[in-house]
Amino acid sequence: MSARRESRLERWTLAGPPLAYLVVFFAIPTLIMVLASFRTPGDFGGLAPLVGPDGSVDLNLDSYRRLFEDTVYLEVFAKSVLYATITTLACLALAYPLAVLIAQSPRKYRDLLLLLVILPFWSNFLIRVYAWMIILGPNAAVANAVNATLAAFGAEPVSLLFSSFAVLVCLVYVHLPFMVLPLYANLEKHDRALLDAAQDLGAGAWQRFWRITFPLSLPGVYAGAALVFIPALGIFAIPDILGGPNDSLIGNLIKQQFLETRDWPFGSVLSIVLTVAALALAGFAAWVGRRGAPEPIRA
Amino acid sequence: MALLEIQGVTRRFGDFSAVNDVSLAIEAGEFFTLLGPSGCGKTTLLRMIAGFDLPDAGRILLDGEDLASRPPERRPVRTVFQSYALFPHMTVEGNVAFPLEMAGTAAAEQPARIAQALAGVRLEGFGKRMPHELSGGQRQRVAIARALVTHPRVLLLDEPLAALDAKLREEMQIELINLQKDVGITFVYVTHDQSEALALSHRIAVMNRGRVEQLDEPSRIYGAPATRFVADFIGHCNLLSGPVERRVGDVATLDVTGVGPVRTTTAAAAASARGTVALRPEKIRIGATAPEGTPDNHVRGRVADLLYMGDVTVYRVETAGGARLEALLANSQSGRAKFFEVGDAVELSWAVDAGHYIPE
Repeated sequence: MSARRESRLERWTLAGPPLAYLVVFFAIPTLIMVLASFRTPGDFGGLAPLVGPDGSVDLNLDSYRRLFEDTVYLEVFAKSVLYATITTLACLALAYPLAVLIAQSPRKYRDLLLLLVILPFWSNFLIRVYAWMIILGPNAAVANAVNATLAAFGAEPVSLLFSSFAVLVCLVYVHLPFMVLPLYANLEKHDRALLDAAQDLGAGAWQRFWRITFPLSLPGVYAGAALVFIPALGIFAIPDILGGPNDSLIGNLIKQQFLETRDWPFGSVLSIVLTVAALALAGFAAWVGRRGAPEPIRA
Repeated sequence: MALLEIQGVTRRFGDFSAVNDVSLAIEAGEFFTLLGPSGCGKTTLLRMIAGFDLPDAGRILLDGEDLASRPPERRPVRTVFQSYALFPHMTVEGNVAFPLEMAGTAAAEQPARIAQALAGVRLEGFGKRMPHELSGGQRQRVAIARALVTHPRVLLLDEPLAALDAKLREEMQIELINLQKDVGITFVYVTHDQSEALALSHRIAVMNRGRVEQLDEPSRIYGAPATRFVADFIGHCNLLSGPVERRVGDVATLDVTGVGPVRTTTAAAAASARGTVALRPEKIRIGATAPEGTPDNHVRGRVADLLYMGDVTVYRVETAGGARLEALLANSQSGRAKFFEVGDAVELSWAVDAGHYIPE
């Protein structure tokens, strides 16, 4: 057996199981979903038979047409994009200083600080979301303080819970670590000599950040943005628990189609729209990231 | 008044004094070198001139102005870093434009300045390249162009040639000399490479353990080392130490263990003091027989080791008394690779003024 064939065998042995897993549990279900989007909902949920009693094959574009018949669906999708965008920008604004701080702290503390960043993952996602119900609840300290301030200015009291505000706060909270980690991984590798050189050449602190640190950190920014934006786009639990009646996002709509309305074909259409949007964004982020990443200088 | 004055500068890290009460005056237009082994404080001193570090004691004056209150970005001093520190996300032009932009140079004026700076380091036409597309020597030149484009008062160079191979290093040395002559800017050059320092500098400060051991012209540093450290650090040197037996006129005689009486010209040796004669290997005559006439100094020995270097051969000769002396012979005669073999009996001799006396 030649060395080349041997290494090919080795590669397939290593790559085979994960590949098989992805085919069975990702590619095939996605195909089933695509197929379902062209079919008719069954009378009691599920799908109508593919081949009718008269032998006709039931494949149609009805569910796709429905997407454009009522603007409400596209509005929900647009709102999801808006929420995900706000979440991404807020995460970036909060995570960047934190990542810089960790990257610049003494090496012996960095692991501890990173551990603190991922500490929230140790408790269940739903518990963390429910915790915000208590924090933002009508009789909690935050709401009392806000409403006391509003009353001082003669304004009506507001409810923090079950609002867009609650949804966004929790979206940012949940996704923040996904922004911190790639940013830190990037910033930690920066060559300190570049900042010294910039300073030596006349750059003040702000110029050093804006002209050197930030452009060099763009691959980390894109990676973090993709890791936050894509899951934030499809989320349904947070609006379900913390949102008001107008905070339904595309994720809620999809869940509703499958579990409540039991319209599988339309739910599939919405899922496909979401998947395509996420893929397009991930592809865009990867492309921009590759273009923005400077080649390392090697001797 | 000197351009750059370093007055009693000390920098401590804990108990360790990296720079210990150093005073120097560097003249405008000078190619000045700080030379010393790693850890001697030369880089710390350079960083204090650039402003990245501040002295614990003493002052650094530029044109008579104390620089202490100026951060690095507000000093008219530029540094060429050992790693070059080119900005990897900018083109060569972008790198050279950076200090102009920071200085607020008019955009219309920039292209000409950049072109001039790149021409100065023979990099015309490289403006659009990215740093990773350049060779080591080219990156080096970009770093120099970037540092010189704003015409600083002083250019600091931190071992700028250390990362280059020997051939290219020699080429860059000549270019640096010419460049410094052309631009007329004061260069303060840090290196641990003594031959580089000798080749480039107008004056050299040899540093050891945070102090300046000798500040002099290259020929004096090499020919008249002030201390044993300088003699040993710069090139190869036979250090013949012993008590001064007598002094007649300006010739002192030292009693050197394993060699015998060593006569040397000096104005410094006091009788009954101890001293060292620093004797360069190339100043020693090596022959199979004693030279004609009576040499000032001579000693017999056997070749213990030899290093054939191509242009010269270095012979390590062990005397009957057990001392080891290094002598050097140019292989200038055709057809002969070496004159002696290991084990050959040889006669070493040198003139009374061949060595340099260092008092202890």
